Amino acid sequence: MKFSEAWLREWVSPELGTQALADAITMAGLEVDAVEPVGAEFQGVVVAEVIARTPHPDADKLNVCQVEDGSGESVQVVCGAPNVDVGQKVPFARVGAVLPENFKIKKAKLRGVESRGMICSASELGLEEGRSEGIYVLPADAPVGEDLRTWLQLDDRTIEVDLTPNRGDCLSLRGVAREVGVLTRETVSAPAASPVAARIEESFPVTVSVAEQCPRYLGRVLRDVDLSVATPLWMVEKLRRSGIRSIDPAVDVTNYVMLELGQPMHAFDLERLEGGIEVRLARTGETLTLLDGQTVDLDDRTLVIADGNGPLAIAGVMGGELSGVSRQTRHLFLEAAFFTPLAVAGKARDYGLHTDASHRFERGVDPALTAVAMERATELLMAIVGGTPGPVIEAGDPDLAFAGAEVALRRSRLDACLGMALPSDEIEDILNRLGMTVTASAEGWLVKTPSWRFDIAIEEDLIEELARIHGYNRLPVRRPLARLGLTADDEATQPLRRLRRHMVSRGYQEAITYSFVSPELQALLTPGGVSPALANPISSDMSVMRHSLFPGLLKALMHNLNRQQQRVRLFETGLVFQGELDALKQTPMFGGLVCGPRDVEGWASRRENVDFFDLKGDLESLLALSGSRDEWQFEAETHPALHPGRTARLYRNGEAVGWMGALHPAVRSQLGIKPDVYVFEVTQASVTHGAIPRFKPLSRYPEVRRDLAFVVEAGVGVAPLLDAIRRRAGEWLTQWQLFDVYQGKGVADGHKSIALGLTWQHPSRTLNDEEINQLIAAVVEEAESRFGAVLRS
Amino acid sequence: MDHLPALVNEARAAIAAAEDAQALDQVRVRFLGKKGEITALLKGLGQLAPEERPAAGERINQAKQALQSELDERKRVIEQAAMQAQLDAERIDVTLPGRGEVNGGLHPVTKTLERIEALFQHIGFEVAVGPEIEDDFHNFEALNIPAHHPARGMADTFYFDATRLLRTHTSPVQVRTMQSQEPPIRIVCPGRVYRSDSDLTHTPMFHQVEGLLVDEGVSFADLKGTIADFLQAFFERDDLDVRFRPSYFPFTEPSAEVDIQCVMCQGEGCRVCSHSGWLEVMGCGMVHPEVFRHSGVDAERYTGFAFGMGAERLAMLRYGVNDLRLFFDNDLRFLRQFN
Repeated sequence: MKFSEAWLREWVSPELGTQALADAITMAGLEVDAVEPVGAEFQGVVVAEVIARTPHPDADKLNVCQVEDGSGESVQVVCGAPNVDVGQKVPFARVGAVLPENFKIKKAKLRGVESRGMICSASELGLEEGRSEGIYVLPADAPVGEDLRTWLQLDDRTIEVDLTPNRGDCLSLRGVAREVGVLTRETVSAPAASPVAARIEESFPVTVSVAEQCPRYLGRVLRDVDLSVATPLWMVEKLRRSGIRSIDPAVDVTNYVMLELGQPMHAFDLERLEGGIEVRLARTGETLTLLDGQTVDLDDRTLVIADGNGPLAIAGVMGGELSGVSRQTRHLFLEAAFFTPLAVAGKARDYGLHTDASHRFERGVDPALTAVAMERATELLMAIVGGTPGPVIEAGDPDLAFAGAEVALRRSRLDACLGMALPSDEIEDILNRLGMTVTASAEGWLVKTPSWRFDIAIEEDLIEELARIHGYNRLPVRRPLARLGLTADDEATQPLRRLRRHMVSRGYQEAITYSFVSPELQALLTPGGVSPALANPISSDMSVMRHSLFPGLLKALMHNLNRQQQRVRLFETGLVFQGELDALKQTPMFGGLVCGPRDVEGWASRRENVDFFDLKGDLESLLALSGSRDEWQFEAETHPALHPGRTARLYRNGEAVGWMGALHPAVRSQLGIKPDVYVFEVTQASVTHGAIPRFKPLSRYPEVRRDLAFVVEAGVGVAPLLDAIRRRAGEWLTQWQLFDVYQGKGVADGHKSIALGLTWQHPSRTLNDEEINQLIAAVVEEAESRFGAVLRS
Repeated sequence: MDHLPALVNEARAAIAAAEDAQALDQVRVRFLGKKGEITALLKGLGQLAPEERPAAGERINQAKQALQSELDERKRVIEQAAMQAQLDAERIDVTLPGRGEVNGGLHPVTKTLERIEALFQHIGFEVAVGPEIEDDFHNFEALNIPAHHPARGMADTFYFDATRLLRTHTSPVQVRTMQSQEPPIRIVCPGRVYRSDSDLTHTPMFHQVEGLLVDEGVSFADLKGTIADFLQAFFERDDLDVRFRPSYFPFTEPSAEVDIQCVMCQGEGCRVCSHSGWLEVMGCGMVHPEVFRHSGVDAERYTGFAFGMGAERLAMLRYGVNDLRLFFDNDLRFLRQFN
């Protein structure tokens, strides 16, 4: 809601400066977004009359004009506007005037002819956006010699209020003024208006078929109007200051009444109406071409204004093109109706519309306004376009219109909510000022709300009103009281923040990427993965929910590679979305990515790039936080986006919980990524859940270590071999180290040598050589028989 | 015997000339060893007359002891020099950077979220989370925003179909918590939220922390106290001005927007606060009875307050970030500034 301060002050004028007034409005809950001058700064511009015009002797497009500017002498000025003419009243910048952007008017010669001043256009004075066509022709009654700023009342400011959806009652000058009156205890006075008596009998029949959606429909015929006249400047200016362009006098008046009182109105061209008006639901198959030119298919839940030929307007939203008024319109049919919020709610959006009318009806328009607005519009129209009014006819069922609510307010509830006891006389005073009728009751008060407050239905609504008008910042402040109670703390679970910090200490930066990704990138990285797609994405590359953390991490990698960042280590935590909507899993994941040099470049750093085992080491250290490293297996498996020879699937206790591996070279080349990239992702549940440590007594007896080296075929996995060996090495095995893996000279082609250190210790005695030799024999036998391993001598 | 002084002089010269431990040891062996020249003199005492032996023996022994102490002294000097040489040789440039310095860092939004969570955890709030693809009931209906309510226009929603959507706030977590838990309830709900808005000051995804306290006898005064405490603690400014402005949210009543004195200009007026001296930082209010009804909480017995704030906005104010979109580019040059 945007309006000029001067207009507001016609209604209510507290002794507050502009800023103080704006602050008071803001602190009452009507947030003032902006306070701006209604026009640009200029001075030295007066109203003048063009008394002579002759073509410039040396320029085709220039005229030499004589203007009377109130100084008693005519002033010669050269003017380039095509529309300048004798007899016009124009804004005239005298020599010495300063126009917006500090443009100073000086005496000049234009192609040899002296020019003392400038005739201005509206845009040159900052009164119109863009570039005006020609000079600003003022109304004929503009007083010559008067300062233009004074005459146009330009020392005024536009106040823009960002209203919350509950305060539809403030979508008018009347509403804002009422609120200001409550806040400042000033009297609010509505502009003088008197009912206009009918001068003819003629009316146009109206029936309302759905009175519960349209309890009130007022109509009136206004015959013999002249819409070719101009809207008076004062009205054009008020509309302009409220952000509304002047169209024609009929539209301007309905807009003006809407701004002034809050009642949206509509003017039909009476000659385009057929039969009678019916307010009814649209019928399937009906269409309507709206004022904005688009044709819509109406559905049977849409309330329309129709005549004998079909729908004329979507009720409370927008009128139709055919029945709309034009300069040629001779007779008007005026509509002032009350459509219930539910009848209009969502309808505009269903048709891709949002209008000033629908905005108001959705929020609730005071049903008591219809008659007032009809009279006000008639009065204004007759003053501008003439015409002969018929009687106001009404259809619908006014008993179904909103007439305020009765709400009980309990003293106990009010005090408990605010944490203080407001005095009863203040409570009653505030409610009365808000237009409510208050009667005392045993528990507090019974409050009858006014017909314009659609937002007040329950006790809490009244409590808010009292708090708001009393002032939120005058209410008490205290700290909540609570019983101290310990909360459960699961020691076996590592909090996510601990895991994040672990990655940080291993050199990773945390990334936060969008949860919606490009379907192409996702298809490349998790082909066949199903995840929900947005019905209304912001762009196609943010249109499907991520099935994996990989797309976002890789996008972040590419962003950095494109900015000369070579060493990238990122991790992210967040939900991934897997499956169709009806079988959707939203799983918290933990993922990461490494690329580029192993170390930060430095005097002591290694120059080589990261490999699989760098990432695996980081990942294993993360898994180790859960204290259950033994429950994890890395199995060589294939993933469509990963290198088939460098991919492991992660299992915890046999359950598949994640992947790690090198990005497939073909995928890299599709993405234009040159260096190797290693990625992982694993469910958060699998890495956060661990075990509580369990103590084992320390042995006082010596440990025995034996080193063994086996040669196996290169394809044999070390982990299963090691697992088998551990199982056969007996219960006294306490440590095992894989200290070398070697391929090359001394080991047959296609084979590798694996060196292990095994350590035994008995809890209660010293182990002898014979026992150890037996265990080693068992281990060697297992390795030979199951893995084809050969013990190296 | 007469050549003892000459021998002692010779030995002294040799000791002084020895440059290292090995050379010194050779000197010791030559003069004082089992077959050393001084030792040989002692062995030759037998050839002297018995009455001369004690005096001669004493002279030789004195000479031997003197030489031994000179040897020890020389040895000490040599060892000290060797140690010094070793220390000199082992000198390094301690101003070189250390090896393997690799720390990464948390995202500034995570830092902010964790900070907010911790402040509330200190006074007994628990962290609650929930799904991001929500249904219409939990995101709207239960929060007193029925279909076609004008308030639906307050948040531009991403939809999947008629009833499923990306949550526009973390309030659904509050509803889910109230449905499953008896008061007293004290929770904060951090997480990603989504609105279909993308320009200089909006990203289609951002983070919120919402809070909820439900108990008997909770009042608007408790809300004001909690919020003021929180904002002063978050910005570490005991004197931070906080004001409450009436506003409207369908799920709270009374509702308020919370402004703080601008932390960039200390309220003087600057570009960040649009020269008003105030910054809007969060919304809050008393839980609407309709929300309690949908969540199965007895609104006559219990009252509660709820609040919500944008993590990015607080991070921008706290760390002086001037472009919201930087948070989701994941540019390392940006992220590392928060390490």
